[in-house]
Amino acid sequence: MQSNTQQQIPNSKFLIPYCLHLADTTLILSHRNSEWCGHGPILEQDIALTNIALDLLGQARNFYQYAAMLMGVEFDEDKLAYLREPNEFKNHLIAEHPNSDWAVTILRQFYFSCYQYYFYSELKNSNDEQLAAIATKALKEVTYHLRWSTEWVVRLGDGTEESNTKMQNAVEFLKDYVIEFFVMSDYETELLKDAVSIDVKAIQGKWQQKVNDVFEEATLNFVPSPNSRFGGKDGEHSEHLVSLLEEMQSLQRTYPNSVW
Amino acid sequence: MIKKYYYGDYGEIEGGVSSNKSETEFPLWEVFIRSKQGLDHKHVGSLHAADVAMAMENARDVYTRRMEGVSIWVVESKHIHASNPDEAESLYEPATDKIYRHPTFYNLPDEVGHM
Repeated sequence: MQSNTQQQIPNSKFLIPYCLHLADTTLILSHRNSEWCGHGPILEQDIALTNIALDLLGQARNFYQYAAMLMGVEFDEDKLAYLREPNEFKNHLIAEHPNSDWAVTILRQFYFSCYQYYFYSELKNSNDEQLAAIATKALKEVTYHLRWSTEWVVRLGDGTEESNTKMQNAVEFLKDYVIEFFVMSDYETELLKDAVSIDVKAIQGKWQQKVNDVFEEATLNFVPSPNSRFGGKDGEHSEHLVSLLEEMQSLQRTYPNSVW
Repeated sequence: MIKKYYYGDYGEIEGGVSSNKSETEFPLWEVFIRSKQGLDHKHVGSLHAADVAMAMENARDVYTRRMEGVSIWVVESKHIHASNPDEAESLYEPATDKIYRHPTFYNLPDEVGHM
């Protein structure tokens, strides 16, 4: 363990932001999904989406705990989740986007689960044992998220005229937020040298193929984006994240160190 | 003519509620779960779903969240036929005084072991 820790010191400069990126993305999407709690179209879907939110929260905790361990004794998972400023968050912009309607929520979950599926499939072979272990565990959850969200994309896309229109609008609505999945940040590029991170560019083809297959079944048309939005992974966010964090962090900031 | 009773019919008939379900409402399904230790699927509850795929996923999400099971059966509630509670007297009471139907009057040889 001692020698292991020493080995990690050279790249902890990049490993910490990488862990925070992975944690933030799953935490923020978890929070967005949790906003549906009590508002789902039917009870069963309310529970399904809340389950997914809890799975993502569990993944976030694993990454925060690992980041806190690398950062030192004065940090813990709660501090990292509840006491950081918006410009310190490294989540994908798609995660912080407001839920809008059920179609957008479903399509975002499908895009994200599809990305996570191929991402974790690679990350489980990471040279970093901790990341590999988290990925292996999370992949089982994500496999179900992908199945569930695929089912809904097809059901709504190939459903009624109204549901198809809403889904196609969702495709349009989210089109600028897709490419960010596949753009390497500096810390990912550095960690890739030691095969700690994964090459997200390399999973874009698989992602697109899966989306195309599902869209064909769902009678939807994928829309490429001429001006994609980037920057989330380096802390550049929309005002949506500011208001999300204001709500999510309010309890911990009002009553510091409160616990369940 | 034989009247067909469906699961859930009685409440509606007694309560005088019309059984005309809204066309937009998903049909009702019954869920059976086999636990890790169990050999049989046990009825755990019901849910609404548009088709069997959705019913299966809803069952997974609603009824296996706390590691309740390793196998799921779903069946649309309309396919379950229930006995009529008004006939309980003639259906079940005749069995109450026929204790000879229990195999408690036989002496089992020791060699048989536990049965």
